[in-house]
Amino acid sequence: MNGFPILSAMLAVPLLVSIACLFVSARGARWLALGATLVDFALGVVLWSHFQIGAPGLPAAQWQFTERLPLFAGFQWALGIDGIALVLIALTVFLMPICIGASWNAIEKRVPEYMAAFLFMETLMIGVFAAQDLFLFYIFFEAGLIPMYLIIGVWGGKDRIYASYKFFLYTLLGSVLMLIAMLWMANAAGTTDVPTLMAYNFPVAAQKWLWLAFFASFAVKMPMWPVHTWLPDAHVQAPTAGSVILAGVLLKMGGYGFIRFSLPMFPEASAAFAPLIFGLSMVAVVYTSLVALVQHDMKKLIAYSSVAHMGIVTIGLFAFNRQGLEGAVVVMLSHGLVAGALFLCVGIIYDRLHTREIDRYGGLAINMPHYALLFLLFTMASVGLPGTSGFVGEFLAMIGVYQLSSWVALVCGTGIILGAAYMLYLYRRVVFGGQVNPDAAAMPDLDARELAMLGALAAVVLWMGVHPETFIAPIHADIATLDARLAQARPEGDAHLRAGGPIMPALTARITEGPTGEGPSGEGPSGEGRTR
Amino acid sequence: MGWLVALRMTAAEEVLSLTGLAMLLIAAWGGDKTARMLTWVGVAALALAAWLTLPALVNGAMGPGANAFFGQYAADSFAAYAKLLLYLATAASLLVAPAFFGRAGAYRAEYPLLLLFAAVGMGLMVAATNLLTLYIGLELNSLAAYVLAASARDDQRSAEAGLKYFVLGALASGILLFGMSLTYGFTGTASFAGIRAVLHSGVLPMGALFGMTFMLVGLAFKISAVPFHMWTPDVYEGAPTPVTMFFASAPKVAALALTMRVALFAFGGQGHGWQPIVVFAALASIVVGALGAIGQGNIKRLLAYSSINNVGFILIGLATGTPGGAAAMLVYLAIYVVMTIGGFVAVLMLCDAQGRQIEAIADITGLSRTQPLLAGALAMVMFSLAGIPPLFGFWGKFVVFQAAVAAGMVPLAALGIAASVIGAFYYLKVVKVMYFDDPVGKVVGRADAMHWLLLGLAVLALSPLGYLATTWLDGYAVVAAKALFRAA
Repeated sequence: MNGFPILSAMLAVPLLVSIACLFVSARGARWLALGATLVDFALGVVLWSHFQIGAPGLPAAQWQFTERLPLFAGFQWALGIDGIALVLIALTVFLMPICIGASWNAIEKRVPEYMAAFLFMETLMIGVFAAQDLFLFYIFFEAGLIPMYLIIGVWGGKDRIYASYKFFLYTLLGSVLMLIAMLWMANAAGTTDVPTLMAYNFPVAAQKWLWLAFFASFAVKMPMWPVHTWLPDAHVQAPTAGSVILAGVLLKMGGYGFIRFSLPMFPEASAAFAPLIFGLSMVAVVYTSLVALVQHDMKKLIAYSSVAHMGIVTIGLFAFNRQGLEGAVVVMLSHGLVAGALFLCVGIIYDRLHTREIDRYGGLAINMPHYALLFLLFTMASVGLPGTSGFVGEFLAMIGVYQLSSWVALVCGTGIILGAAYMLYLYRRVVFGGQVNPDAAAMPDLDARELAMLGALAAVVLWMGVHPETFIAPIHADIATLDARLAQARPEGDAHLRAGGPIMPALTARITEGPTGEGPSGEGPSGEGRTR
Repeated sequence: MGWLVALRMTAAEEVLSLTGLAMLLIAAWGGDKTARMLTWVGVAALALAAWLTLPALVNGAMGPGANAFFGQYAADSFAAYAKLLLYLATAASLLVAPAFFGRAGAYRAEYPLLLLFAAVGMGLMVAATNLLTLYIGLELNSLAAYVLAASARDDQRSAEAGLKYFVLGALASGILLFGMSLTYGFTGTASFAGIRAVLHSGVLPMGALFGMTFMLVGLAFKISAVPFHMWTPDVYEGAPTPVTMFFASAPKVAALALTMRVALFAFGGQGHGWQPIVVFAALASIVVGALGAIGQGNIKRLLAYSSINNVGFILIGLATGTPGGAAAMLVYLAIYVVMTIGGFVAVLMLCDAQGRQIEAIADITGLSRTQPLLAGALAMVMFSLAGIPPLFGFWGKFVVFQAAVAAGMVPLAALGIAASVIGAFYYLKVVKVMYFDDPVGKVVGRADAMHWLLLGLAVLALSPLGYLATTWLDGYAVVAAKALFRAA
């Protein structure tokens, strides 16, 4: 891209259309919003296709599409993306048209304002991933509270007001301390440029405070146990598209924050607090999975499963190795698609019966076969079945953390089994069995709009499951850079692997050739960790 | 320095005083029917005064060259910055008045001329470099303000507001005067430069310490910082809304600027003496302002607590005692004035079919459906007051906390910003009432075009477009703060 500010354009399109939406009719607002999100999606495709992926011997720039404009006092309009930001922006622009589609008939009152809020939200989400200035990031990060507060509060369910307050105040309290930390960092380092700060070595004592301040914000956003309680409330009360965007993109901001700020800027503090992260993540994975198992409300069940999946993300991030980091990013992507799709599945039957009670359904496979098939696919993806996107990320993240701590891997592994339990249990109760409720049995199958939305998601879920390299290729180089940055602080793993010595000379003589050649590369990463 | 030079430096005050006196005569003979015309005369006079003040800010006037009348008055860029703000606030208070008072019946001719005299007093306050100038300016402003508070003669609450304001204001003036006399007694001079020279370093004598503390107490009353804030909600609720808007904006700017000059310049060498007082007042104002607002059912009282809360944030800048902190306060003040104007204009546009002011928060339920533009504007002001980006109100908090962190006061900044979350709760309440609840349809009156214009301008400034002005705003604030630190 020769100088065309494509990132600014991606921010400007939804913003301008969101203002325009306020002045048109409900029908006009729907089409305008769909048009704007599709234009942004097209821009996203252009962005991805022009993003240069480094090959061995031909490294690409880490930060691409950079824009710098000194517009403001104290900070600047600095945009730019690396591979990690690229895939998350792609996720955002891919989910947005689906969100608009999900709201097409479900939202009947105050449609122009609704579409305006969603488009504004899209601007802010892209801004979060594209911002390269500390305070610009903060502004985008924090501003998301306003449209989300309105979306939950105006178009939400019965307890929407409580949920909207909880969402707003919880996340605000988390974020404000981060602002103080950012001010301190800008003051100490003399710059607000994120790439510069990512290479800046703060004193270790200060790092710990800074890390904790950032943690307060990202842990709430993520959300990590025990500050996750806003999430089930917000999800249950939000309209379907609100849940999709909340699970699909907003939760990723926490993980993105860890990967962009906490880890590279405070590597020593991250290593020091890794046990804390592991502890909270283990509790999250097991505890919220158990809570999910006993839910009667479908949305709440999926909300709790989100918390569990985010636990896998955090252990991957703090595994301090490439597998863990890449796994975490892939889980974030996969969860964005799968949780979004699951919320859509819930939304589709909610639109028909206006209840989220699991017991009110049953036997949907009989009258909604297409729905049952797609729902099954997303259930399996959520469980982490090989061949779906869920498997790739979880597998990598578990490999990553296994090198650091077998116990964490063990406990989180049980969480995946529990995940299979609650998802399959949900699926059985909703889709299989007899048609006990006549009104549920009378529901029509998917229409073209719903089929298009779920079909698009299903295609990408399968694509990511079968050929994940498409989605991992852009992030390889950036994860390697991050891994190199973290090397100075990498904690020692608990698995002290030793190359086995010969037990019986005769046996050794027979297998001299094979194992010695294969040994080091076979246990590559852990061997690498040990030698450092 | 000749008289002519001094007179030229004080030209803004002269224009306002002479116009005010002329308006007094016109009002005395012409009666209330001249009120509308006098409003525009007043606005023109304020515009002229602003135009006369502007060069001092643009040229960065400071130091001895900016002193008039033998060091009693400073026409420096700091005073110019504050004056421009308070002229803006006064002009806005003038512009909203005709339509507001016209709705209720009589628009009296006293209103514009009292505002003009108050503006003269405030101009003197921010330019004062002598205890006597300070007191004259303060009293000129206060006397006008007492009358304004009670100006709705047939409204019992207005009379109550006037009386409360007068009694407590007189008490505060007495305390201030007592502090000034002690300071004069122990330093032997009434000029700020002299006080600074005497108290430049070393231990503060006990008497001067008392003098300084009493002066700060008197000023804390004027800026309604906790624990001297009790009068604020009652006065803000009782006074007619344009008057409330004036109280919340212009005199706050003047009193805060005056406090800055007293603390940072006159007692600049004794920062360790007054900083603990200011830190306490700042944190207490933030917390009490936020907690007090939660239970309020009247939107004017809510905004009163909000102004107490905002003063707390501004005082964090003062607590740093650095030029950076002073510049941050000035930036915050500018944004605060715009937010206050926006908030109160939106409130005075809330009226029922008979044109009566609606003040109960319960009565604006569902406003977003009946009057989407007005509700949107009020919601923007509320989010801005709460300091949520991307609205411009965030920038004020940002610079203040930036200054505090730069001065090494991280715990103060962390406490202050954590307490700001409490404040967000009640701002959200207003948005919730307007957007989430079903309409009751009480707000049906049509608002005046001038109100829409002012509200539109304020909202435009508070929108993210405001950030484009940050370079410019910061530049002037830094110049003004520099003048403050080398006024002699």
